Amino acid sequence: MKLTLKIWRQKDAKSAGKFVTYALDNISPNCSFLEMLDILNEQLIEKNDDPVVFDHDCREGICGMCSLYINGRPHGPDDAVTACQLHMRKFHDGDTIVIEPWRARPFPVIRDLMVDRSAFDKIIQEGGYVSVNTGGAAEANNILVGKENSELAMDAAACIGCGACVAACKNGSAMLFVSAKVSQFALLPQGQVEAKQRVKKMVRMMDELGFGNCTNTYACEAECPKLISRSNIARMNREFLCAKVS
Amino acid sequence: MAELNSKTPKGPLSSKWTQYKDHQNLVNPSNKRKLDIIIVGTGLAGSAAAASLGEMGFNVKIFCYQDSPRRAHSIAAQGGINAAKNYPNDGDSIYRLFYDTIKGGDYRAREANVYRLAEVSNNIIDQCVAQGVPFAREYGGSLENRSFGGAQVSRTFFARGQTGQQLLLGSYGALSRQIKLGTVKLYDRHEMMDVVIVDGKARGIIARDLITGKLERHFGHAVVVATGGYGNVFYLSTNAMGSNTSAIWQIFKKGAYFANPCFTQIHPTCIPVHGDYQSKLTLMSESLRNDGRIWVPKKKADAEAHRNGKLKANDIPEDDRDYFLERRYPAFGNLVPRDVASRAAKERCDAGFGVGPTGLAVFLDFRESIGRLGKHVIEERYGNLFQMYEKIVDENPYVNPMMIYPAVHYTMGGTWVDYELQTTVTGLFAAGEANFSDHGANRLGASALMQGLADGYFVLPYTIQNYLAGEIRVARMSTDKAEFADAEKAVQTRLDKLMSIKGTRSVDHFHKELGKIMWENVGMGRTEAGLKKAIDLIRKLRAEFWKDVKIPGTLYEVNTELEKANRVADFLELGELLAFDALNRNESCGGHFREEYQTDEGECKRNDEDYKYVAAWEYKGEGDFILHKEPLVYEEIEVKQRVYK
Repeated sequence: MKLTLKIWRQKDAKSAGKFVTYALDNISPNCSFLEMLDILNEQLIEKNDDPVVFDHDCREGICGMCSLYINGRPHGPDDAVTACQLHMRKFHDGDTIVIEPWRARPFPVIRDLMVDRSAFDKIIQEGGYVSVNTGGAAEANNILVGKENSELAMDAAACIGCGACVAACKNGSAMLFVSAKVSQFALLPQGQVEAKQRVKKMVRMMDELGFGNCTNTYACEAECPKLISRSNIARMNREFLCAKVS
Repeated sequence: MAELNSKTPKGPLSSKWTQYKDHQNLVNPSNKRKLDIIIVGTGLAGSAAAASLGEMGFNVKIFCYQDSPRRAHSIAAQGGINAAKNYPNDGDSIYRLFYDTIKGGDYRAREANVYRLAEVSNNIIDQCVAQGVPFAREYGGSLENRSFGGAQVSRTFFARGQTGQQLLLGSYGALSRQIKLGTVKLYDRHEMMDVVIVDGKARGIIARDLITGKLERHFGHAVVVATGGYGNVFYLSTNAMGSNTSAIWQIFKKGAYFANPCFTQIHPTCIPVHGDYQSKLTLMSESLRNDGRIWVPKKKADAEAHRNGKLKANDIPEDDRDYFLERRYPAFGNLVPRDVASRAAKERCDAGFGVGPTGLAVFLDFRESIGRLGKHVIEERYGNLFQMYEKIVDENPYVNPMMIYPAVHYTMGGTWVDYELQTTVTGLFAAGEANFSDHGANRLGASALMQGLADGYFVLPYTIQNYLAGEIRVARMSTDKAEFADAEKAVQTRLDKLMSIKGTRSVDHFHKELGKIMWENVGMGRTEAGLKKAIDLIRKLRAEFWKDVKIPGTLYEVNTELEKANRVADFLELGELLAFDALNRNESCGGHFREEYQTDEGECKRNDEDYKYVAAWEYKGEGDFILHKEPLVYEEIEVKQRVYK
């Protein structure tokens, strides 16, 4: 395949960025999107240019590190995959592909396509857990969880924290990410004790960090590589309201 | 050759750990605050240890090269975690889990460590459930189990095909809670460059901030390395791109012995290699072997026709299929351990029965189970794996059988540790895949998660405390000390040297070359001649690397090529040690298969008389390693030939 790439290049957080165009030839359709970028980088190194910096690690769609905004969509044109699991067969010979970093105020660009997502860690630190110390946990089967709720909790817990939801949202809202964690624990008996505090603290931190509000467009759900449902947002709103009024 | 002391407690096997805990030294709460612990790596072992030690009141600093602790590669583990709960009432017990693990490891693991692992396995499940890990449930609300290789009981707990993710998010949550409370300080996008030793004890690390490129000095009363395995020495593996050996290689150079480097695990069920540009291999969980049947055509002509695209798998009649695992190993069938399954697949492909365009693949077929259970059941059990397969290969595995081939997955070898997980450097500990301790020559499925969390939640918090009890009078040291300055200077010199080469070939070029040498000569089948050749080739490649590697950019910026170069430089040394160890071990056991040593049926031929020991290597200089032996003594278990027939 022959491709034209328009890639966002930015030296560091302080420098101004711009799009740079690259031509690439002989790409196999079985190549993954990141492998295509590897090939580009090999060519750039050959020419003494700086390779394009992008975050990636597991390359099997689970670590959540890759974060490319491809042709106007987080993780590109395929549904329910991360950029590392996107293959070039989803494009056509001769295509022009535009690659940008996640764009959201709480995710500042570090270099090129690499952004700082530590805001997500900060939200989790507020209460994205059950406060239980190591040791002294009760026998596991003493806590029974109905299969339906357990499956719903797992659906929510499948979030990989990549930030595609924020990148997709016109408001830069993190509601899908936060609600997935809130929902996981709201659905499980283990999460009940701290439920009210959890949702209040996590939402407060989300607001403090500058994430936008939800206006029910659901671009987040459409672009989520793990198909996290928007019903989690509804559940979080209910949890939040109950916590505030009680 | 000195013998190593494992410091295994005396007394009957089943009470050693209790005895240890009852008599170990403790640190009182006011002293805990004054003691600093450095932990490198945020996978299951690292994050669990950091959280637990933080909860206890120690001051913890934790480091990861990724942008968040949640990215560590433990997250990619799919199938499950073992525990001896015996919920299915199928006869499981702590002893049986212990026994299966020792046998699975081909009698090359330390008895006392493995028993302790089995003993705490049940606590892990309790702990994770209390944290809200969404394990699979039965309709009545109790926990569900499934089977994994090397066991005749169902003892594997799971969260769909994302068990590692859910366990890691559990320990990441616990870690996040401590970060919020201020007991743990997180350094993300930081890479450990070296350990600092003061008066014979580990007292800190030199780390590089991967954003600014600056070197930093960090003090700790103790240092824990939990940086995972070294599978990426093969270039293509199921490891993450950033997984590396640098931390355990640097401590090796500072005196921490490296044990059994040749014990590497080739996982039987991975998506086959498809092109030169390929950057990694994707695992298809072992759990698939619960319901999938592995086969190749019985007739060579059929295999050839499939390779040429003239025959489809579904058109090969039942009678013409060779379910070779079921044929060779009727007692365990498709659920034989990984090393056995991998070699059997290689044997069939080498004999000309391989399928797919390259001939290096076998079928993993769900037709029978879909017929028996219905598609919805298979979808519920393995949906995400089937989806992943379809995305990568562009074929529907519900209709056509999957094609799979073995790939490098895990390394049983690692830093030598004693019963307390302490290395041969005082105050320096190694946990999880980074150490060598529990899996012998082959790890059973669903045991890596168990070991990572056992080390992190239930072993290190005790054993480190036992060490630190003797350090309470040691005040925090200034990092202006000469030892820190010298260590930093050595790192700086190495980085300057890498940047100054300005050669003509990229880092990936060297990494791929190394991978080829390793896979061809030090992979699934090893020979004396091949290993000697590999050592020679690696030495030449390493010399070339230091003359001709090309790294663009500068030291003081985000420089991903420099990060890679630094890691590949270490792989180029480790590869040699790996081959060296494989050459020394004149036997076949577990994942280490020397073609000269096999039975008439092609099974591993162990040599217990000469090699029933842990090979712990000491670094003396580049390419210069000295062997130390830790004899393996089996008090509880009768050492037998491993039979899965």
